[in-house]
Amino acid sequence: MFDAWLVERLLLATWETVYMVVLSTVFSYLLGLPLGVILVVTSPGHIMENKPINRVLGWIINAVRSIPFIIFLILIIPITRLLVGTYIGTVASIVPLTLAAIPFVARLVETSLKEIEWGLIEAALSMGAGTWSIITKVMLPEAKPSLILGVAITAISLVGYSAMAGIVGGGGLGTLAYYYGYQRYDNSIMWPTVIVLIILVQGVQMLGDNLAQRINKKRG
Amino acid sequence: MIEIKNLTKIFTVAKQKITALDDVSLTVKKGEIFGIIGLSGAGKSTLIRCINMLEKPTAGSIMVDGREITTFKKHELRAARQKIGMIFQHFNLLSSRTVFGNVMFPLEIAKVPHRKAVKRTLELLELVGLTEKAEAYPSQLSGGQKQRVGIARALANNPKLLLSDEATSALDPQTTRSILKLLRDINSKFNLTILLITHDMNVIKEVCDRVAVIDNSRIVEVGDVLNVFAAPGSPVARSFVETVIGKELPTELLQGSGTGDGQTEAVLVRVAFIGASAGEPVISSMIRKYDIAANILYGNIDRIKDIPFGNLTLELSGPSRVLQDAMDYLRSRGLEIEVLNNV
Repeated sequence: MFDAWLVERLLLATWETVYMVVLSTVFSYLLGLPLGVILVVTSPGHIMENKPINRVLGWIINAVRSIPFIIFLILIIPITRLLVGTYIGTVASIVPLTLAAIPFVARLVETSLKEIEWGLIEAALSMGAGTWSIITKVMLPEAKPSLILGVAITAISLVGYSAMAGIVGGGGLGTLAYYYGYQRYDNSIMWPTVIVLIILVQGVQMLGDNLAQRINKKRG
Repeated sequence: MIEIKNLTKIFTVAKQKITALDDVSLTVKKGEIFGIIGLSGAGKSTLIRCINMLEKPTAGSIMVDGREITTFKKHELRAARQKIGMIFQHFNLLSSRTVFGNVMFPLEIAKVPHRKAVKRTLELLELVGLTEKAEAYPSQLSGGQKQRVGIARALANNPKLLLSDEATSALDPQTTRSILKLLRDINSKFNLTILLITHDMNVIKEVCDRVAVIDNSRIVEVGDVLNVFAAPGSPVARSFVETVIGKELPTELLQGSGTGDGQTEAVLVRVAFIGASAGEPVISSMIRKYDIAANILYGNIDRIKDIPFGNLTLELSGPSRVLQDAMDYLRSRGLEIEVLNNV
C-alpha cells in the first residue's frame, strides 16, 4: 500500500497544502488584522468611534462571508487571473484563500480585541496615549494569547478551504483526494490523505494552544 | 489647581437623558488632598473623569493648573493628561507587562528616551517599595501591591495632579491604610495635589484636607474635613459621618435607666471633642467642680489628620440647676453638647 509513488504524491501534496495554508494565513492577517482593529476602534464608544466606517466595513465583511467558498472561488477568477496570471495551481489558489479568509480573520481579531477590559484602554487614555499607542501597546499585546488561537483557527479553516480549492485544480491534498479518491474511487489514496489532514489540523491546533498557554502561564 | 464652574454632564441612554452632574462648582487648591464622597450613582465617578476629559462635559468650565481643559485640542489634551496621573479601583494594569513594564508604560507614551525611562522607573519602584517585584507580572501581586504599581505608574511623568478613582475600594482595611499613607507621603513629598473620590468616610478622615459631599448629581456640602465631621450640614454628610464615629445609640439607652426623684434629675448628653479639648481632662474637672455624677455610656476618640476628634455619650445626674451649670461649663471649654433626652 505504501509504495514509493504514493508516498511521493502524498509528500508533494502535503507540501503544497502547507504552502498554500501558510501563505494565505500570513496574507489574510496582513489585511484582516488591521480590518479587525478598525472594526473595534470605530465601534460605538471606542477610541475612534465612527459609525459610517464601522457600518460599511461590517456590511462588506458579512457580505463576503456569506458567499460559500466554492462559489467565491469561481466568482473571483478574474481577480486571481489579474494577480497571478492563471487561476489554476497552488500559487493561484492562494488568492481566493486569502481573500476569503480576510473577513473571517477580521471578525476573529475583533472578537479577541473586544475581550480587553475597557479599564485598560481608559488607563492608557488617562496617561495621554494616542490611538496608535493604545492599539500597539495595549490592545494587541493584551489580546495576544487569544489572537494566536485565532491564527490557529484560521489556518485550520484554510486547510479545509484549500481542499475545496484543490477541486478546481488548486493542488495539494484536496486535488490528490479528489482526483484519485473521488473520481477514481481509490480508497488506498483517500485514507492516507485524510490521515495527513487530521495530523495537520491537530498539529496546528496543538501549536496554537501551546503558544497561547505559554504566554498565559508567563503572565501568571 | 482645579477650578470647576457650573459643570453639567448629561448622558443619553436609550434616548433618555440622565443628568450625572448638575451645575457643579468646586475649587481644589494646590497641594491639598481633596476628597469627594458620595453614594454610588451620585455622580462622583463622572466628576473625576471630567477632570481629565475621559468624560466630555455637557456644559461648564474646568480649569486645571490655570488652563481651560474642556476646549483642548486632541494633542493638547494628550500632553495635559501626561501631567495628570490617575489611579483606579481595579488598578487597570497591563497583564502583558511586568511591574517594570507597567511603570515604564507612561514614559514610553511620553517618548522619554529609553535610558532615562529605565532610570525613572527604578526610582518609582523604589518609592513605592516594589523594587524586588520589578520582574513579576500583575497577576502575581496582591491588591495592595497592584495599587502601588498603579501609583508608581501614575507618578511616572511627574504629574502636578493625581486623580484617585476609588483607589482603595477593592482593598481590605489594612491595605487601604497603607495605600492612604503612601498617598499622604507623596502628597507632602512632591507637593502633589490629590483629588480622590470614595464612598468610604474613613478614607476622607484618614487623608483628606477638605471634602465635598455629592448627592444626586449635586455638591451639597464643601468644607474642611474636621468641620464636616464636627457639624455636618446636610443629611447625607451626617450619615457619612455617622458611619465613622457611630453616633447611633442603642434604643434601650435612650429609654433611660435612671429615674428622677424630684431633687435630682438625669440627662443624656452627647459631647463632641475637637482638637485640643480632646486632650484635656474636661469631664473629670467638671465632676470635681460640680456635684454631679457622670456615667459614661458610650465614647470614642479618633484622629483626623492628627487632630484628635471624638465624642462621648454621658448620663449626667444631679440637681437640675447644677446640671445646667455643668453643661454650660463644658460649652465654655469649647465642647459641643447635644442633649439627647431628659431621662
